[in-house]
Amino acid sequence: MAVKQVSVFIENETGRLAALTQLLAEHGVDLNAATIAETGEYGILRCIVQNPEETVRILSGGGFMASVTEVLAVGIDNRPGGLNRVLQILSDAGIGVKYIYSTIQSIKGEAVIMMKTGDQNRAEKLLESADVKLCTMDELK
Amino acid sequence: MIWNKEMECADRETMRALQLERLQETVKYEYEHVPHYAAKMDKAGVKPEDIVTLEDIALLPFINKEDLAENYPTGLFAQPMENIVRIQSSSGTTGKPKIIGYTKGDMEDWGEAVARGLAMCGAGPNDTVHVAYGYGLFTGGLGAHAGAETLGATVLPMSTGNTARQIMFMQDMKSDILCCTPSYALTIAEAVERAGIDPADLQIRAGLFGAEPWTQSMREKIEKGLGIRAHDIYGLTEITGPGVATSCEANNGMHIQEDLFYPEIVDPNTLKPLPPGETGELVFTTLKKRGVPMVRYRTRDICYLMEGKCSCGRTSVRMSRVFGRTDDMLIVKGVNVFPSQVETVIAKFNELTLNYKILVDRKGGSDSIELMVEFAEGLIIDDIDFVENMRKRVEHALREILQIGCKVRFLNAGTLPRSEGKAVRVEDRRKYE
Repeated sequence: MAVKQVSVFIENETGRLAALTQLLAEHGVDLNAATIAETGEYGILRCIVQNPEETVRILSGGGFMASVTEVLAVGIDNRPGGLNRVLQILSDAGIGVKYIYSTIQSIKGEAVIMMKTGDQNRAEKLLESADVKLCTMDELK
Repeated sequence: MIWNKEMECADRETMRALQLERLQETVKYEYEHVPHYAAKMDKAGVKPEDIVTLEDIALLPFINKEDLAENYPTGLFAQPMENIVRIQSSSGTTGKPKIIGYTKGDMEDWGEAVARGLAMCGAGPNDTVHVAYGYGLFTGGLGAHAGAETLGATVLPMSTGNTARQIMFMQDMKSDILCCTPSYALTIAEAVERAGIDPADLQIRAGLFGAEPWTQSMREKIEKGLGIRAHDIYGLTEITGPGVATSCEANNGMHIQEDLFYPEIVDPNTLKPLPPGETGELVFTTLKKRGVPMVRYRTRDICYLMEGKCSCGRTSVRMSRVFGRTDDMLIVKGVNVFPSQVETVIAKFNELTLNYKILVDRKGGSDSIELMVEFAEGLIIDDIDFVENMRKRVEHALREILQIGCKVRFLNAGTLPRSEGKAVRVEDRRKYE
């Protein structure tokens, strides 16, 4: 099952990201996972929060372009080859990975990575049938 | 050297008599050959025979750039295509350019006008004229070229770009006169300095620069950097191209070729003619053109006229430098840019809002233009590729319509101030003295 993430378009100006995190702090929003993809001029912040719709409203109110998108939250065995096993399943099925990032803390001793692939539905089914753990929002707290 | 003493040094009465005769011919010709203008005259209740004195020109309706857009491409042509030997073009206010056609006679008159300007730089038949304006639909290159040929000089049709090669030809072919945009002249001057070439070793002695606004400090840098005297040349495609007016060695206004182009200054609000010396919008009537004659064409350029004999000996009326525009046209890298053109591009993308801002700047003598535009509300952006791809598509579409590169910067929806009334779409950070 996919989890909801918040994606935010950020113009690459000094202080812009700090303005965003301040806004989240003021509203008591906790980041469970976060990453930024960037070019020279702008970036896209992706993050996992417990109330994505509300977070999007807060960010939009603060002048940010934010939207709710979906990613797979994949539990990875915390040992060498853990990530490789998951990627191999997708690779064998010809599914490309667009990006991955991990939670800020490990969850019950497990690593959890957020993953966007070229075919989310098939990836989800494949990973489930291979007994790879897919986390829910609650489990990411 | 004065190329055409009879026309350039005529006494006032002789010139005015010639202008009246040619104005009457032009108005009659326009009335008979251009239905769009005839309809405008009918609507204004004026007939060709009502033009009895030069002052009667004020009875005639204006031609605006909108008339060209409405009659795109050739609706204002007064001759069938078989008599048109050349097409030139410049940007229109929308996606469609302005198209101007020239008869053989129009081409000769254009060459004559530019030849007079080259002579004002001190050029003669023994000189080599180095043309580094762009060649093509833009009138700069081929206009300067025509003038140099009329003069009987040796033409180097360099076109623009490849600065190292420009300098090589300048050295090896001993160019005497340079024709290009002032910003390109500055680029060449800087390259000469970087190459460690002493400007005194270059034969070049004067330059004819136009097609864009420039500053006194640019003039000084060009003059010093190339060891030349810089002259201003003014023109617009609708009237003919460069050569409508040129500054002489006195550098006190540009002499208008007024046997070919009749100037007026009007109040841009009331459109009433203003007396000489007062600043207003420059309006031109072509006096000999037959391909696309223009009666009272509103240039949108703001300047004033100077009468009286110049220290160079010419008696022709002079125009001051252009102080600004009465519309929102920008000149960037010598190319006309209208915000409305940019708007037509933005409107094609559902991902963007129509809130935008155009930022023009000049660094190191070279113009830059940047478009800031907002992403539409509710657009889901989770992918750098999407943003990069959007940027490529918008930049490509802009280049197609503007003919110059324009950098695109995306903003969050709602970032740009929503204006009440007329939006401020353009920020021009270039300094004009």
